[in-house]
Amino acid sequence: MRLSQLEVGEIGIVKEFTDLEMSVKLMEMGCLPGEEIKISRIAPLGDPIAIHVSGYQLSLRKFEASTIILQ
Amino acid sequence: MKADIRVALVGNPNTGKSTLFNILTGLNQKIGNFPGVTVDKKTGFCQLPDGRTAEIIDLPGTYSIYPKSKDESIVFSVLADKAKGMVPDLIVVILDASNLKRNLLLYTQIADLKIPVVVALNMIDVSEKAGIIIDVNLFAQKLGVPVVPISARKIKGIDQLKTTIAYANKIALQQDTIDVESIAPNLVAQIQAEYKIDNPYLALQLAHQHETLGFLTPAESDRIEELEKEHAFHSQKAQASETIARYNFINDLLYDTVKKPETAHDETVSNKIDKILTHKVFGFIIFFAILMFIFQAIFSWSAYPMSLIEQLFIKLQSLISKTMPAGPLVSLVSDGIIAGLSGVMVFVPQIAILFALISILEDTGYMSRVTFMMDKVMRKVGLNGKSVVPLIGGFACAVPSIMSTRNIENWKDRMITIMVTPLVACSARLPVYTLLIALVVPDRNVWWVFNMRGLALTAMYLLSIVSAIVVAFVMKFILKSRERGYFIMELPVYRMPRWKNVAFTMYDRSKTFVFQAGKVIIAVSIILWVLKSYGPGDRFAQIDKTFSQPKYTKTMTPDSLDKVIASEKLENSYAGVFGHVIEPVIKPLGFDWKIGIALISSFAAREVFVGTMATIYSVEGDADKMESVQQKMHGATNPDTGKPVFTLAVAFSLMMFYAFAMQCASTVAVVYRETKDWRWPAAQFAYMTALAYSASFMVYHLLK
Repeated sequence: MRLSQLEVGEIGIVKEFTDLEMSVKLMEMGCLPGEEIKISRIAPLGDPIAIHVSGYQLSLRKFEASTIILQ
Repeated sequence: MKADIRVALVGNPNTGKSTLFNILTGLNQKIGNFPGVTVDKKTGFCQLPDGRTAEIIDLPGTYSIYPKSKDESIVFSVLADKAKGMVPDLIVVILDASNLKRNLLLYTQIADLKIPVVVALNMIDVSEKAGIIIDVNLFAQKLGVPVVPISARKIKGIDQLKTTIAYANKIALQQDTIDVESIAPNLVAQIQAEYKIDNPYLALQLAHQHETLGFLTPAESDRIEELEKEHAFHSQKAQASETIARYNFINDLLYDTVKKPETAHDETVSNKIDKILTHKVFGFIIFFAILMFIFQAIFSWSAYPMSLIEQLFIKLQSLISKTMPAGPLVSLVSDGIIAGLSGVMVFVPQIAILFALISILEDTGYMSRVTFMMDKVMRKVGLNGKSVVPLIGGFACAVPSIMSTRNIENWKDRMITIMVTPLVACSARLPVYTLLIALVVPDRNVWWVFNMRGLALTAMYLLSIVSAIVVAFVMKFILKSRERGYFIMELPVYRMPRWKNVAFTMYDRSKTFVFQAGKVIIAVSIILWVLKSYGPGDRFAQIDKTFSQPKYTKTMTPDSLDKVIASEKLENSYAGVFGHVIEPVIKPLGFDWKIGIALISSFAAREVFVGTMATIYSVEGDADKMESVQQKMHGATNPDTGKPVFTLAVAFSLMMFYAFAMQCASTVAVVYRETKDWRWPAAQFAYMTALAYSASFMVYHLLK
């Protein structure tokens, strides 16, 4: 299951990443393995998405979300 | 002023770092909720309670010491460059108390550089309200540094922070956060030994960042590269394991020191606002309503102050010509300098209003939502959600907008944004459009409500946006990207704008405009005045001689004789000669040599057009009375055919030229400054001129 497959309001826990370069950036922003992520909303045109992670709101593109594999 | 200690402010974006800087130094500056607004290194002085003076340096907001943009790279280079003596004596790390986890990543990186650190726990009021309980003493004890809870917005805890800065230890006492050596054991030790660096984390950062650090010589950088190969160092893998180790430390720390209530974050105010402002339907309606409001405000609110400024300068001109004896000097001051100054000052109200509104949008956090909503559309045409802000700002002025592209991390997205921003109809084009539209479009209503002139103006604005998007789309295929684009961005919580900050932005931007654009416009006015007041050889003397003959002085009134002499002189002046030289080139666009002079002078700045038209078509000064310029242009006829010069075809052809041509020396300069390569502004100038010429040509021949 990837983060991009979650619907609004659903929660997932990060397991690993498929892309090293992206993972470095995501981890700096608090998306780490073991961290809980909730989908806050999806942009009106379907992309990007806004997630709640590490106590704040982060936006990222669907493609970027698809590099996050959930438990 | 001589400072006793140097203090650097470091923190994440949106943590109130700039607000704290303003309070500490009393020196105001631009701040916003939009990530990355603090760009230049800002410094100020702060009086400490023990009587010493501290120099405060505001470093760009960053999430990590690993830079993702040009601005962010400043942070590490300031903290690491021992040779230049930029390294501060003390670092104040600002942490958002309501969002500690992510904020602490930067703290742990900074702390490991082993420069003395003080922590300012900002927004303590917000976090208390949210029910977050922080054991500050235990927190400080675990970190090994002084921790001061403050609220920069409410100006609380500032005195205590100043005291803490004054009595802070001169040696770094903070606890180690992670085991740095274990990330790249032999490499770190070898860099430390070869470059005589005590600190292992500094050595590790040199391994990561040596390619971009200005203070390393190429030989030093190559040597580090060699060592990396020798020890099979993989920068991204090393960074990944470092980040994980740091967050492990942070989670342990927060587990003991911070108690958070188990509330559903959906219920927060910010989320409720977001539900409306980023709604599928309402989100766009509100966005376009805000844009409409901005345009309305720019045009209607500025009308009164603009006419006031115009009148003021007209009075000044007549005062000078009345009180001082006529001569070349008075003519230069009145028709050259004051006419030019008036052309600059008249835009100040529009610029001030636009920047005030944009700064409110940034400060509240709304701009990041616009970025969020528009990213998908913008990406399709080769731009980035973050390009929306410069493009909207382009309606005011391309110069600050191009500067604001710095927070677009992706190189290709940023370059395309820079290349197309000058196409957006900036405020300098507005007087050109209004003058020409009033000249040829009848003041009638169509379908009862829409004024035809208003529609024509709207069409010009729409054209500018469409052309920017089309050009961006084309460039998407031309530019080769060196890196991949990504869009990982914080959506800060909504906040009330800081009105002081809005007022300061208005003042600061207007001042910049007056001084930057003003210099160019005044220079052009003076050059233009010289070019049209003097002619090659003895042509002027010949004219004076011809018209002093009795057959003219006897048959014509002194007034009309003066007019004939003046227009004869203009045609024979340097400007006139020059206009005639370029006439063959611009003839296919429907322009004569007089328009040619205006075009050439407008290449310095578009605003010059109205003034140039006024001076060319006018004989009695009055350079900035729009009404009279319009009347004179209306009455202008082609001497060969006797028909009016400004037909519908010519006026629209001229508007097309102004819509597409790069007629702004300040923009060319700022594009060079931002790209550090002359080929960018050159390419931009070339493509825009080509576009302008072909658009004018087509429009002229379609409407002729």
